[in-house]
Amino acid sequence: MVADNAKPSIIGWVSSIIPLGLFGALLYLVPQVTVGHVFRIQLDWIPSLGVALSMAIDGLSLLFALIICCVGFFVTLYAADYLPKKAAAGKFFVYLHGFLLAMLGLVMADNILALFVFWELTTIISYLLIGFECELETARQNARQALLVTGAGGLALLIGFLLLGSITNTYDLSRITLQAGVIKTDPLYGVVLTMVFIGAFTKSAQMPFHFWLPNAMTAPTPISAFLHSATMVKAGIYLLARLHPILGGTPAWMGTLVIIGGITALVGSVLAMRASDLKRILAFTTIMALGILTMFLGGKTTPALTAAMTFLMVHSLYKSCLFLVVGIIDHQTGTRQIDHIGGLLKSMPVTALAAATAALSMAGFPLFFGFIGKEIMYKGALTEDVFPGFATTAALLANALMTAVAGILIVKPFLGPEKKTRLIPREAPWTMWLGPVFMGSLGVIFGIVPDWIGHWLIRPAVRAFHPSMEDIQLKLFHGINEPLLLSAATLSLGALLYLLRQPLRQTIDYVLKQIPIRFEHLYTGGLEGIVKIARMQTRILQNGSLHRYLSIIIGSVILGVGLPFVYSYIPLDFGRYPHPSLFAWLLGGIIVVAVVAVVATKMRLLAICSLGVVGAGIAMLFLINGAPDVALTQLLVETLTVIIVSLVLLRLPRLDPRKAVFSAGKTWSGILAIAMGALITALILAVNQTDLERSLTDFFEANSYIAAHGRNIVNVILVDFRSLDTLGEITVVALAGLACYGLIQKRKVE
Amino acid sequence: MMSSLILKTATRLLVGLILTFSIYLLLRGHNAPGGGFAAALVAGTGFAMFAIAEGPAVVRQAIRIAPQRIAMCGLGLALASGLVAPLTGQPFFTGLWWIWKKGQPSEVAIGTPLFFDVGVYFAVLGTILTLILALEEN
Repeated sequence: MVADNAKPSIIGWVSSIIPLGLFGALLYLVPQVTVGHVFRIQLDWIPSLGVALSMAIDGLSLLFALIICCVGFFVTLYAADYLPKKAAAGKFFVYLHGFLLAMLGLVMADNILALFVFWELTTIISYLLIGFECELETARQNARQALLVTGAGGLALLIGFLLLGSITNTYDLSRITLQAGVIKTDPLYGVVLTMVFIGAFTKSAQMPFHFWLPNAMTAPTPISAFLHSATMVKAGIYLLARLHPILGGTPAWMGTLVIIGGITALVGSVLAMRASDLKRILAFTTIMALGILTMFLGGKTTPALTAAMTFLMVHSLYKSCLFLVVGIIDHQTGTRQIDHIGGLLKSMPVTALAAATAALSMAGFPLFFGFIGKEIMYKGALTEDVFPGFATTAALLANALMTAVAGILIVKPFLGPEKKTRLIPREAPWTMWLGPVFMGSLGVIFGIVPDWIGHWLIRPAVRAFHPSMEDIQLKLFHGINEPLLLSAATLSLGALLYLLRQPLRQTIDYVLKQIPIRFEHLYTGGLEGIVKIARMQTRILQNGSLHRYLSIIIGSVILGVGLPFVYSYIPLDFGRYPHPSLFAWLLGGIIVVAVVAVVATKMRLLAICSLGVVGAGIAMLFLINGAPDVALTQLLVETLTVIIVSLVLLRLPRLDPRKAVFSAGKTWSGILAIAMGALITALILAVNQTDLERSLTDFFEANSYIAAHGRNIVNVILVDFRSLDTLGEITVVALAGLACYGLIQKRKVE
Repeated sequence: MMSSLILKTATRLLVGLILTFSIYLLLRGHNAPGGGFAAALVAGTGFAMFAIAEGPAVVRQAIRIAPQRIAMCGLGLALASGLVAPLTGQPFFTGLWWIWKKGQPSEVAIGTPLFFDVGVYFAVLGTILTLILALEEN
């Protein structure tokens, strides 16, 4: 990454109009949404399945959508300068804006199946972006890990959604919400809850699925700022908030979310203390934030839910700011190892200022938005319905650790002695620092006048999923009370932890070494297991021998079709058929003689031609039984088969004339062939014994000429009535031809 | 490739006839045995014979277009014939007909299924040619 020779990407600048325009449009909706209006749009999508592309914008959707567009705008602008390879810029911005739209769709969807589609879209685009530097092995691996973990969670979520749909008979979120009481007493409630939790926990990196998020940091830094801190990982949080009125409030909901969220917050903040790569530190603090959000969504009191929504905003602002700052440091110095940088304040004053405001907000100093967030957090934790003690302790410890991490983040890179880095550090272009500065200043403004943001954005968001009776005022000073004391305790404890950071890191390292199980290892172990099974299965089933393949295919047809057929025993009635004519007997005789010749001959050409005789004989049988079209096709296919087979087989060495006619392999093939022949014959006889359903035949006969202008019904069916089937068939033919061509060419190269 | 004078001479006469017959089969298919698939098989046999007698290089030169491309164009034509109907607001693959001299004995009906069948013809023929030429060259 060399900053000097890179010109900013025009695509990035121009396309930043997309999120900016959307942001403006969404701001326009704020006043009406604040008074409780819900904007709705509905488009039928798959009406027969009840899937509609219905959108609803209420306070909750609007809060998320504004965050998405705001961060999206600055990230786009930033990425225009950040991207090292301008050649890939087009692809990058397509992914970026594709993600933005998918994410907006996710938070606005009013139909759970539509929501699921957007959910999966964000997963897929996240995969593409984590693996954006696809020439790096680790990038590909981490991308795949994120895809598999979040994708598997997505499938679980789909199960949950389908069950919800089957309980309520609708996929419309607003209609499902009306039946919340029914759902909570349904016997399937537990399953639905588990599936939704798996979906939300994988997406939002909760324990034990948290490991993919730090690895996702191989994505370009603007992407980490956008997807993996401010938006995509919050999709799980959004889902929990959205489903809160439907599934929430039960002991299972509250207990699981408070415990899992609390543990995740603690684990995330402890691991953040230990990391040394700036981006990984931020990733672990994101895990902490997601844990806190999950924990508060477990509550059902207004303070708890207000805490979740407030902290959501607080975190989005300071975290995307810090990510962009880290990106700037990486871009301007060439490293993001915290031990390799120092004293950047002198060379990058604007960036340092932005970083400082964000870090102070993160630490929760008064006059910063983070302080407001922390106050309401403690108020929420103290009023949790389950485990308030645990929630308060977890929040206190996690916040104290955050304060310490904020100190590490700001002191080490910007203060202290200057260190030599690969690139000589200098201030980033304005497009890069604009976003961090803007978001940092918002953190200060909201910190001083929190009431404003509380009234316009946070209260409507909470009201959207919680009928809050009490009004929570976001205020800078509530008087001396428990939350204020806890805040003070947090800051002092945080300062202490900061001073003790060296021994603390060593202790964490030591403790981690004592834990034998890593969740990530379970993942890799499982993946290796699948590969092993696949290898074994390939070795057995696909060893390269055509004889083996055909045996397996024909054998499975015989077993799969034959066993049910024998089981459902249908007595075959041979008396129904008239005696065949002398000509038919003669043809039968020829076919039998030809079959014997195929099996017994030692000459390949004779075998191929005899096989052709068998096919031609069957074509003649079709002809004398009144199926000229089938006969014609059979005869032609047979002719071509003889040509193609002889092109291949005549190149093989001659057969050894001394070898016995019946080897073990041949006997086995014979048994399979006879069994298959017998099965097909019996099936045809059995089918003919039942009366055919004539309505289709009658329809074709009646309409063939009138509607389709053709007298040859077979052809009319192929090219008109059933042309979609034919299209599928010729696609298969053409693709199979291409595949064979590839195989032949490959052999030629080798 | 076989260097047989009899085969070469016979091929020269027969290939033209076989290809003409294949077009005949293609066009009559809607009313009598035949159709795109069978016609393509006939043409494929003709080209196979040509390739055996004169060698695959001569065949490639004669057909000019790469056989894989013929197959893909056939697929495209078949798909396009189905896409005409949606343009007029009818379901995908509805047969649309244009009838010349309607009601008279010499009435001629041309419809999208005809183009579909031509698409089938080229898709199958292209595939057969791809295989035969590749095998013959190998």
